Amino acid sequence: MNLEGKRQIWKDYQKEIADDKYYYARSCIRQTFFPGSEWAYLDILGHKLGKTVLDDPKHTTCTGIGYHSDVVPVETIMTIVARHFALMTEAGFENMTPSCITSFGIYTEILHTWETHPEWEEKTRDFLWKATRREFRKPKNLAHTSDVIYKFRHEIAAQQKYNLTNVHTGQPLQVVDHIGCHYAKMFPVKGIGGAEFPAVLSGMVSAWGGESIDYPERRHCCGFGFRNYLVLANRGFSVANSKKKFESMQPYEPDFIITNCPGCAMFLDKWQYTISEMEGITYGKNGYGIPVLTYEEVAALVLGYDPWEIGLQMHQVSVEPLLEKMGIDYDPDAKYKNVRGEDMGVPACPTYLKV
Amino acid sequence: MNFWGFSIAEARVIDYDKNDKSMATAMTHEAPASKLCIGCGGCTATCTAGNLTEFNIRKLQMLVKRGETQEVKQNLHKCMLCGKCLLVCPRGVDTRRLILSLMKFINTQNSNF
Repeated sequence: MNLEGKRQIWKDYQKEIADDKYYYARSCIRQTFFPGSEWAYLDILGHKLGKTVLDDPKHTTCTGIGYHSDVVPVETIMTIVARHFALMTEAGFENMTPSCITSFGIYTEILHTWETHPEWEEKTRDFLWKATRREFRKPKNLAHTSDVIYKFRHEIAAQQKYNLTNVHTGQPLQVVDHIGCHYAKMFPVKGIGGAEFPAVLSGMVSAWGGESIDYPERRHCCGFGFRNYLVLANRGFSVANSKKKFESMQPYEPDFIITNCPGCAMFLDKWQYTISEMEGITYGKNGYGIPVLTYEEVAALVLGYDPWEIGLQMHQVSVEPLLEKMGIDYDPDAKYKNVRGEDMGVPACPTYLKV
Repeated sequence: MNFWGFSIAEARVIDYDKNDKSMATAMTHEAPASKLCIGCGGCTATCTAGNLTEFNIRKLQMLVKRGETQEVKQNLHKCMLCGKCLLVCPRGVDTRRLILSLMKFINTQNSNF
């Protein structure tokens, strides 16, 4: 085996990730469905890793969902993205770090388009000036927030309180890593490991003591697909993709799924409820589902954050079996209490899926 | 429309691991020449039933080999057993025997055929 050649090839699959001073672009889906996840990211970077991150309240949606559903024209989305770059420039930042995989794909696609078709960049600059009187510089570095966590995975491991090991058996937890399609399938050179060997999540998993499962449908889409989900009549195709993945991963008995895409986290989590209600099937042990966590949540658990503080009660599939495997000390009674300790009420229980 | 407004779409992949291959086994046992088929479609081109209906022998033998037996059961009765396919087959496959072996298998399986 020619290791030198392999090392050279692997070097080609790496990407540059800025070291500090990040302009943060929130995700529509992540901040709505898993709000604790983005809070955890900002807290980890600010307080555990000592980095500067600007969470700008003026930042808006990138309109990626509308763009991929053919309701937002390309000129509009380019101008909105140009406004994001203008906000970043005005704040004195050069490193853009979107939380959303769709946004990451959109920024990458637009920057690539401007590179190959400079007249579009000129046109967009003109649109932005007419609409907002703003100007912008293109980001010096564009990295998804999972790239940033990947970059600092060893620093996080050095501060870990828990690791991805089953405390009862001493064995590494078996983890399904699911990477959003728009992370590297569109522009492979922009992702760590490219589209063929994406290592952004598996790198975190191994650094924190877990083991990635290589199951047949590992690279299959979660089925979100924008239009596929948004049009009710097409939703059956969307859920079928997730079902295909669950059926493929189930024999490997995964302890949890880690995702870097907000849409994937939402669908892989909530479709488990839908499939259980429609067909009475559950994919975890003893009637539970397979917990689905974002990489920020996993990092936060490893660092010893309280599961309810990072919003794990927002998940459809219960995370308690995972917390017990990791030996995390948590208060089951605090699951549905707010920060003031007041009871928020318990959600309705699914018919088949144990919670 | 159900409560959800949609249902989970069935996958269209051909799953060789899960599909029932008993019909293919019976066919190759009763008509071993079926293994010689190269799928040229000469049988289908000359088929009288195929000219009037959706019946397609080339497709049927392929479905049997894949283990997709439901469509085979639905279409087999359209064959009139005239034997013209047998005369044109460049590989000398006894196609009428093939059809009869499938009918026999389905009948012994107590299907709805």
